[in-house]
Amino acid sequence: MTIVEAPVELPVDATTERRRAIQAAASSSLRRRKLSSGIAIGVCWAFLGIAIIPLVAVLIYVTAKGLPAWNVDFFTQSTTPEGIPGGGVWNAIVGTVEITLIAVAVTVPLGLLCGLFLAESNGRIAATLRFTADVMTGVPSITVGIFGYIAIVKNFGGYSGLAGAFAIGFIMLPVITRAGETAIRGVPQSLNEAALALGARRATIARRVVVPTALPGIITGVLLAVARGLGETAPLLLTIFGNQYLQWNPTKPMEALPILIYNNSSQPYADLVQVAWGAALLLMVVVLVLSIGSRLFAARLQKERR
Amino acid sequence: MIEAEVTVARVEEAVAVYSDEVVVDQPERKVVMTLADVAVAFGGRTAVRDVTFDVHAGEVTALIGPSGSGKTTLLRALNRMHDTVRTAAVTGTVRLGDLDVYAPSTDPTLLRSRVGMVFQRPNPFPTMSIYENAVAGLKFNGVRKKSLLDEAAESALIGAALWDSVKDRMKAHASTLSGGEQQRLCIARALAVEPEVLLMDEPTSALDPIATKRIEELVVELKDRVTIIIVTHNMQQAMRVSDRCAFLLMGEDKAGELIEFGPTATLFSEPTDPRTLDYVNGRFG
Amino acid sequence: MTMVDTPAPTPAPTPPVLPVTRQGRRLSLPDNGYRTMLAVAAVIVGALAVWLVVAIVIQAHPAFVTLGYSWILQKTWDPSHGKYGLLPFILGTLESTAIAVVLAVPIGLGTALALAYLVPHRIRSVLSTAVELLAAVPSVVYGLWGLVVLAPLFRTTVEPFLTAVFGWTGLFDGPNEGVGLLLAGVILFVMILPTMVAISRDVLAVVPKEQVEGAMALGATRWQVLHKVVVPGARTGILGAFTLATGRALGETVAVAMVIGNSPYIAHSLKSPAATLPSLIVNNFGESSGTELAALFGAGLVLLVIGISVNSLARWLVWSTSGGNSQAGAR
Repeated sequence: MTIVEAPVELPVDATTERRRAIQAAASSSLRRRKLSSGIAIGVCWAFLGIAIIPLVAVLIYVTAKGLPAWNVDFFTQSTTPEGIPGGGVWNAIVGTVEITLIAVAVTVPLGLLCGLFLAESNGRIAATLRFTADVMTGVPSITVGIFGYIAIVKNFGGYSGLAGAFAIGFIMLPVITRAGETAIRGVPQSLNEAALALGARRATIARRVVVPTALPGIITGVLLAVARGLGETAPLLLTIFGNQYLQWNPTKPMEALPILIYNNSSQPYADLVQVAWGAALLLMVVVLVLSIGSRLFAARLQKERR
Repeated sequence: MIEAEVTVARVEEAVAVYSDEVVVDQPERKVVMTLADVAVAFGGRTAVRDVTFDVHAGEVTALIGPSGSGKTTLLRALNRMHDTVRTAAVTGTVRLGDLDVYAPSTDPTLLRSRVGMVFQRPNPFPTMSIYENAVAGLKFNGVRKKSLLDEAAESALIGAALWDSVKDRMKAHASTLSGGEQQRLCIARALAVEPEVLLMDEPTSALDPIATKRIEELVVELKDRVTIIIVTHNMQQAMRVSDRCAFLLMGEDKAGELIEFGPTATLFSEPTDPRTLDYVNGRFG
Repeated sequence: MTMVDTPAPTPAPTPPVLPVTRQGRRLSLPDNGYRTMLAVAAVIVGALAVWLVVAIVIQAHPAFVTLGYSWILQKTWDPSHGKYGLLPFILGTLESTAIAVVLAVPIGLGTALALAYLVPHRIRSVLSTAVELLAAVPSVVYGLWGLVVLAPLFRTTVEPFLTAVFGWTGLFDGPNEGVGLLLAGVILFVMILPTMVAISRDVLAVVPKEQVEGAMALGATRWQVLHKVVVPGARTGILGAFTLATGRALGETVAVAMVIGNSPYIAHSLKSPAATLPSLIVNNFGESSGTELAALFGAGLVLLVIGISVNSLARWLVWSTSGGNSQAGAR
């Protein structure tokens, strides 16, 4: 009886039929879909928890262990040999600050000029250099230490703070270059062209317009690079050697905070390990302050611009 | 004085809307969606309110009004897109057939498979092929049968007038299509799930005039298959494609409200509210 | 370099009638000087990179002269008998990195998704900043923490537990020592996690809202939106995060040296002490000379090659996935 009607199938009927099938599938699979969604989302939350736990644990533990080591002597005295009480990390602070300042003084101008070059050129040379800078970021820090050893220590009279600054600078350089390029590329082309139209020279534009406008990004990049450089241990082990005594002269072997932590922590003397924790806390606080500071500073500069 | 005028106008409007319904000689169609006193607020600030109208099956209902009148906000309330905004609160009643859209027992994902949406800018999934885009909604909704997927994809692409140009390159990335084609793919993607209502949020605002014309033609063709609610700020477009119109306007407190609702022809030729008249005569935004 | 040379030989006298074009400006001397300065900076940076490779190759060369090429893959490191096989260290490097990456990819991605889409706005920025700041904690601090806190915990609790549950796999044979491959991998995981999370979160968060809403409007569940649209949309950036994290794990030196146990033998289980190329270098550098020193430079060279290979491979992957798209776009 239905055979007569069957061949004439209106599209609306097909649509309705399919709608029924789809809605049936949708409602019958709803429980399963909601369940798997809930489980997967729950797993994400659990992973967030897993990620937070060790990180917070490190912060709390280092603070708890390091804080008792902090006293006036800790910040003003040099390291004492094992067994002799007292002593501090003054020599390591001097070394770390001096090495970092030297590295910053050389790499910031160099990196910024290079960043300007990258931001203004699009040719094959720029592409190659950009690739090089990226690969440099990926060079293992111990390899940079080896390079510092070969290039400076072997050729220029032995271990020295300068060799350390060279290695740390090498690590900071690509970070500053790429951060500089990114920040400079963010400067609106119209600003650039407006200045050009006024007849300004490119160097003047760079100094007066481009770099100031890109400053928040540049400063963030530099501070992040410094934060990274401060914590590097391996390259310093191969270049500055370490020094128990206060040394201001950067052409001589120096102490630095990461080296002190590394060396002291493997000693069997409790007071030396205690000093290591104190130094770890100090290093961590400085790095965290730099990171937070750069963030806040960049945010404030950006707000003022608006 | 002014208040009195407004009140009078309102009474007239109410009467007029009522009488319009009687005058219009089109077959009385089934109501698929009802809105009663719908209001949307964000963090306590009302964005749109006082919206009451019925959406009839097989028709195109247009939401018109100047920018800021809450058209898009209202549209997004109909498939619970405001759920993701923590501060958003939708009050009043929205019904899809027998279903209370905002009832606690209503599942928003299931609702959205029955109420599709097309956005202002074409948003095909860039990592998926044309075919994968077309069947994405079906897969989200648990359809796994290959024959049903293929059939629905073909039917939806035919429905979106895209089948002929893409049937030989279903595996190509969606990004290979032009802007207009991408928007039609988005329409196909929504159609494939065979929703009962399709919400379109200014679907031609990012398109050139030729692509716009094709989408408009498509809207008219599709209304037999799916009930359409379309937001547009283009009055000509509303006149060309819609059967009924809801006119919204921003009130003094910056909240949009429904001024007038009625058959498109009536609303444009003999509006009952002076503000509607001002708008259709081009005196606002 | 050609860029510097070309403008110089043609001090084209610009006709005064014509307006000064940008091209013309570039030829004027001060601008030229400026360009030269930039180019010199660029050359210095490039030259430094080249110098690094050349210097290490030259210093490692004696080892190749004395030992040929096969020593790199030999199993025995015993300088007193003239054996300098690097295989245990290469394997140690790859294994500890693999442990770290296997843990960091799912956990990092899940954390990034939670931070980008699930965590309420108010605590989102606090958590994000916390995770990012921990990327800045010096590696030696992690090493110290691993040695003093985790190693005893591993010896008394984690390793016995894993041995009891997964002992049948043979991966956990041998005594529970605390220090070893597993602890090194876990420390590396903690260290690379912030890198993985911070970058993935950024790229996940910039997936256009329209894409997310498009999926939602089709009836996708929350997880379907994330799994089918957000993660694929950010895959290029996630791959970049993965590369950077892997690179860090491969090259990490002191933290690993402090917790891996420094044993020059191929590890037979996850609990075995082992050594990596960086830990080998840092532990033996001070007291070696001659062929041994050259062999250590060789180890540095191998590490450099592994590092650059991983970097380039990931770069190629990024290029081919995104490039594949744009090629399709051209068709």
